[in-house]
Amino acid sequence: MAELITYRDAVKRAIAQEMRRDDSVYLIGEDVGDAGGVFKATKGLLDEFGPVRVRDTPISEEAILGAAMGAAMTGLRPIAEIMFSDFLATCWDLVAVEMAKTRYMTDGQVTLPLVIRTANGGGLRFGAQHSQAVENWAMAVPGLKVVAPSNPHDLIGLFAAAVRDDDPVLFFEQKSLYPTKGHVEEGEIVEELGTAKIVRSGTDVTIVALASMVRRAEQAADELAEQGISAEVIDLRSLVPLDATTIIESVVKTSRLVTVEENPRLCGWGSEVVSLVAEEAFWHLDGPLTRVTTPHIPLPSADALEDEVLPSVQRIVDGCVKAVS
Amino acid sequence: MGASQPAGDVDPSTLLPPAEPVHLLDPDGTYHEDPDHPVDLDDDQLRMLYRHMVVTRKVDREAINLQRQGQLGVYASLLGQEAAQVGGAFALSEEDWVFPSYREMGAAVTRGVDTGKMLHLFRGTWLSDHDPYEHHFALYSIPIGTQALHAAGFAMGAKFDDNPIVTMAYFGDGATSEGDPHEAMTFAGVFKAPVVFFVQNNQWAISVPLDQQTAAPTLAHKAVGYGMPGHHCDGNDVLATYAVTRKAVDRARSGAGPALIEALTYRMEAHTTSDDPSRYRTRQEEEEAAKTDPIVRYKLFLEKEGLLDADLGEQVEAEAAAEATRMRDEIYEAPHGDPMELFEHVYVDDTGHFERQREVLATELAARDGEVSA
Repeated sequence: MAELITYRDAVKRAIAQEMRRDDSVYLIGEDVGDAGGVFKATKGLLDEFGPVRVRDTPISEEAILGAAMGAAMTGLRPIAEIMFSDFLATCWDLVAVEMAKTRYMTDGQVTLPLVIRTANGGGLRFGAQHSQAVENWAMAVPGLKVVAPSNPHDLIGLFAAAVRDDDPVLFFEQKSLYPTKGHVEEGEIVEELGTAKIVRSGTDVTIVALASMVRRAEQAADELAEQGISAEVIDLRSLVPLDATTIIESVVKTSRLVTVEENPRLCGWGSEVVSLVAEEAFWHLDGPLTRVTTPHIPLPSADALEDEVLPSVQRIVDGCVKAVS
Repeated sequence: MGASQPAGDVDPSTLLPPAEPVHLLDPDGTYHEDPDHPVDLDDDQLRMLYRHMVVTRKVDREAINLQRQGQLGVYASLLGQEAAQVGGAFALSEEDWVFPSYREMGAAVTRGVDTGKMLHLFRGTWLSDHDPYEHHFALYSIPIGTQALHAAGFAMGAKFDDNPIVTMAYFGDGATSEGDPHEAMTFAGVFKAPVVFFVQNNQWAISVPLDQQTAAPTLAHKAVGYGMPGHHCDGNDVLATYAVTRKAVDRARSGAGPALIEALTYRMEAHTTSDDPSRYRTRQEEEEAAKTDPIVRYKLFLEKEGLLDADLGEQVEAEAAAEATRMRDEIYEAPHGDPMELFEHVYVDDTGHFERQREVLATELAARDGEVSA
């Protein structure tokens, strides 16, 4: 029996599922307890698990991640919240230079089974310093796993996989998705990291999307169908590991590729997918590899302006038309 | 053996904050003279402090209204912190610089910054905000505590140029837990930079109360660790915040180095218009805090001193209302912004980097608008 829940409630359910299962899992971050998270995604967890396992902290991102890293070394499985993904910049040393390198530099003797969850991306008019899609920053650092679910079901399943994984995982929750709903079955949900999902089958063009762009890609596919173009939509779900097999197999079938990402133009994750396809499926291609991105600008906060620069359904349709023509 | 000695040549006890916060005005407006903290202001200046606080409160309220009406994306109110901001900023000279957080409308009003322009940031219209060089008032710092670093760096630059200015960084109790102010104060201490770190301790960092933010006896005590004096004052007493800041500013200007001020106040509103404080604090606590209203206290003082009569009171209220209306009109009438301008200020010059992207966006918008009108 599936239940319709929000992406926001899926966060809470995912954390609760893992905390009930494993006493070594705990949550640490700013305003995650009494306030229930600034996006209300952790509401109720303090009541169920108490202040030892749901821990509000001073505003010290480096210390939050440092505490998570240290705790992970003792065998705990911390879930650390960085309120907005933009704030990762204040503690990037811990992420990119410490966590990502620790296992490697200790010859595999120290593992860091921790998850950093953070609200990522635009769409809520938070402006240039609170709206960045930074999953490509994380993708560029060896040693991190990078996950970004597009719907409540995947959020729970991938989150569970992230908590149970022994590597540090950056878990990007797309903040404009919090109020969106999806069907979620009862009981424990666990998915596998590094697996993309074909959310719509098609034969003419492959659209690869992530997080909030998945729904838009599906809407674009509906419009393309009316024009007689059959689009296959892949929800990438995780950037590291990257499910190259699903992407390549799809492009071999459709011969065309369009990537849709929130990242600003230069070095967004789409460029990695495009380069992968150019190298491994070049002789199967019948059209230009096409990226739909945000321009290479900081995001504006005004409603209309933000909508005009984030990839729109129309822009995805146009990209696909260009790829197939 | 071999351990180097710290550079400090100061007796640490001289850096300690006073046992009790500096306080010059009682809640009933009675003034207590303190020879260590003289109030060297004439009658017009004393009235001006009141004017700034009343205007601040009015425009702050209007900004909340504008957010409720959908004109601003978000707004961070400073209700209750008027004395801390106005008193502190009033102690600066025109040439000095303010480095604000995002909750500093009172400091902006005191500096003469256009309140309407300040709100464009929260509206998101693609218009330039105020010009920081006009009133020496830097851009609001949205990330927490980063402005402390800018203020320290600016002060070091000014010192290098033999420019006798002082910079002032406003930040909150929460920001003291970030690395940025720590590093800023370390630098300022070592380089004897003419900067005043002004902490408005409003007791709450979103949902986290002060006792979960720090285990320090007071935030002012942190100053000792950086080799600078720590000042502690009643932040709802505008004369105390003025006099304490004045002392720190004069000292910094003389070349003696930075200072840290903790002004005790209370965030009477939510963290921002997106926040609901009823989830983490009690109504009773808010009502208690409201009894220490900084404007009420100062008004009683002015009346006792014969500096404020009914006519002048009404005149100030009218001026505040007019300013709020002007600000409101500016926001309502502001153009919505041209998407093609979004490429304008990303770089100093457009060396062709955006040519293609500009063209793509223009084509898309033209196609969409064509469809809409068709």
